Amino acid sequence: MPGLLKPAPQPPAGLYKKREKIFPKEVSGPYRRAKWIILCVTLGIYYITPWLRWDRGAHAPDQAVLVDLAGRRFFFGGIEIWPQEFYYVAGLLIMAGIGLFLVTSAFGRAWCGYSCPQTVWTDLFMAVERFIEGDRNARMRLDKAPWGPEKIAKRISLHSVWLVIALLTGGAWVFYFADAPTLLSQIVSGTAPFAAYGAIALLTFTTYSLAGLMREQVCTYMCPWPRIQSAMLDEDSFIVTYKTWRGEPRGSVKEKLAEPGIGDCVDCMACVNVCPTGIEIRNGPQLECITCALCIDACNDTMHKLGRAPDLIGYTTLKRDEEERKGAALKPIWQTLLRPRLLLYFALWAAIGIGMAVTLAGRERMELLVSQDRNPVYVQLSGGDIRNGFTVKLLNKELQPRDFILTVEGLPEARISDPLLGGEPGTQIALTARADGVETRHLQVRVPPAALEGKEHRDFAFVARAADGQGETRQAARFTGPPPAGDGG
Amino acid sequence: MSDPSSTEPGTTGHEWDGIQEWNKPIPRWWLWIFYATIVFAGVWVLLYPAIPGIRGATPGLLGYSSRANVRAEIAAVEAGREQAVKGMMDIPINDLPNHPQLMQAAVAGGQSAFKIYCVQCHGTGAAGSKGYPNLNDDDWLWGGDMESIHTTIQHGIRQPDDDDTRISAMPAFGRDGILKPAEVDAVVEYVVQISGQKANPALAAKGGVIFQQQCVACHGIDGKGLREFGAPNLTDGIWLYGGSRADIRHTVWNAHAGVMPAWKTHLSEETIRKLTAYVHSLGGGE
Repeated sequence: MPGLLKPAPQPPAGLYKKREKIFPKEVSGPYRRAKWIILCVTLGIYYITPWLRWDRGAHAPDQAVLVDLAGRRFFFGGIEIWPQEFYYVAGLLIMAGIGLFLVTSAFGRAWCGYSCPQTVWTDLFMAVERFIEGDRNARMRLDKAPWGPEKIAKRISLHSVWLVIALLTGGAWVFYFADAPTLLSQIVSGTAPFAAYGAIALLTFTTYSLAGLMREQVCTYMCPWPRIQSAMLDEDSFIVTYKTWRGEPRGSVKEKLAEPGIGDCVDCMACVNVCPTGIEIRNGPQLECITCALCIDACNDTMHKLGRAPDLIGYTTLKRDEEERKGAALKPIWQTLLRPRLLLYFALWAAIGIGMAVTLAGRERMELLVSQDRNPVYVQLSGGDIRNGFTVKLLNKELQPRDFILTVEGLPEARISDPLLGGEPGTQIALTARADGVETRHLQVRVPPAALEGKEHRDFAFVARAADGQGETRQAARFTGPPPAGDGG
Repeated sequence: MSDPSSTEPGTTGHEWDGIQEWNKPIPRWWLWIFYATIVFAGVWVLLYPAIPGIRGATPGLLGYSSRANVRAEIAAVEAGREQAVKGMMDIPINDLPNHPQLMQAAVAGGQSAFKIYCVQCHGTGAAGSKGYPNLNDDDWLWGGDMESIHTTIQHGIRQPDDDDTRISAMPAFGRDGILKPAEVDAVVEYVVQISGQKANPALAAKGGVIFQQQCVACHGIDGKGLREFGAPNLTDGIWLYGGSRADIRHTVWNAHAGVMPAWKTHLSEETIRKLTAYVHSLGGGE
């Protein structure tokens, strides 16, 4: 929908502009309450998760969520991902992408307004700022005031608290990549790897500067998502909207009493004062708006005091706004939400989720990988037997070491040997795969020439059976002999 | 919705097909970041190798060198390898396969060395070709246990400068006139027969008599060869110089005497032991 997210009108400007300082006013209301809850839940998950434990026995880490880069394993509760299963993570990312499409076309930039880390940490930093420096007017006064003991003390304590939060944020991040209690004692005692200190320093710096200093500029200038969103909204998306037809022309309570044509907006500027991005929502939908809905809380507060109907600024769609203006009866909200586009997004999202859950639940805990030697493809032995070499990898995804018996099926009189171990070739080979690991062996399989029945190739299978009888896995392979006589090759 | 025309001063004045371009100034700090990157580049040029010259780049104040880093990494890897094969030299070569970890490390090292010194004749897969033995099979001219392989690699084959070299010589029965052409044909027919191929029984019987006079000294009464002389087994399906009637006749007429370098003078004992382990591990080791 072209032109939906139009930039706000600007006065003529040069090539560069100074940042306009924003001092958002405190506001209360249902949306503010929801944002506090989301802030506590998301930050709580982030800071606490690495400290949760999960018993996996003696051969695996006991951290519930762990990205083990050195061991190339990803642990998430009872789920363990090997590098070759990384498509599960890719699937999660696709789900996150489609989920964003879904939420954006339904509720606009709900992600930006409520749960984006940039928004959440900025909100937290603003709360600290309000606690130390006071609300909007006090902060504006302090900002204008010359540097004195009070200003210095307040600024030092503000930035100190910010830095502590930023440090904890960076600290929490590194705990996802190593055993948290061990790493904490290493960090404190100065024996942690350099990468840990580097990551903490970097994330401390980014958190402090993005949430403390940059704030709305990250959304306006740096983030690509606002640009993508304008292509996703349509006239049925619920977005934070000022009902121009109801609010305009603006006038004071007295003026409205005198003149019936005056709208509901009393121009109290509450919506502008609470805006964390410093915009004027009454100019219509715009790029800078992250739809945090704080202006709804602010305006409803004023409307309530004046005894007027709420939601002069409210969540509505362009279509519903137009119908409301005409005085037409509004369709129920669920009808707007159950439109084909959203259903399609949801179906896709759910299908990927269900598909991943099903494959995850049914995936093999052991796997056999076989690759045939290429050079030489076959070896003729002096007794007449034909021999092929295979590199066999046995993946044991259980968290304890397991014994397996490897045999060959579909190849008469085949005998297997491990040339490194020597000994007489037999019909089977015993393998032990370590817990959560891969056993790689180079094995040789030999057959009498008659087993090939005059053909150059014969398909067969390697079969690995767990010695405890709990499961087996097989892998198709191909045995190659000399080309049949007269083949010319 | 605001009316675009009311924001006329906020546009650049550019217009394409009715589409106007907003004049949205970028923030001042963006400009400072741009300058900061320029300063960063300047500092980088000072600290690290940067400006290319005829004899290499400017060294930079930190003395950083990726080549030195690679050298250090290679040295670290080699130190690790040394650790892995430590003790390999202290045990008899025949005992090596009984130490699985040592053997594994030796095989890995031997595989690398093989790729450098041996593939020219024996091929990358050690499968050889006509005139160059296949080392994967269980047919050995000079023996396939660790010690025999070790000796062969150390002293080579038919090296006049090495006293312990493997040496033997088959007479050129036809070319030197030891046997008449018809007798050569008969012997060839006999060899064709004992190797399990279709043969003319009458001619082969004649050849058998000549074989017992001329060939058994090296190839044995049953034709299965003798490793003391590097004489091949003639009864199996493995041929160094080809097993067809024409190939066998060519061999009996002219004889062959392949050579292999005595690696003792080129390679360290450690490398030779690794090569021995690798060749032994190919599947024919005894």
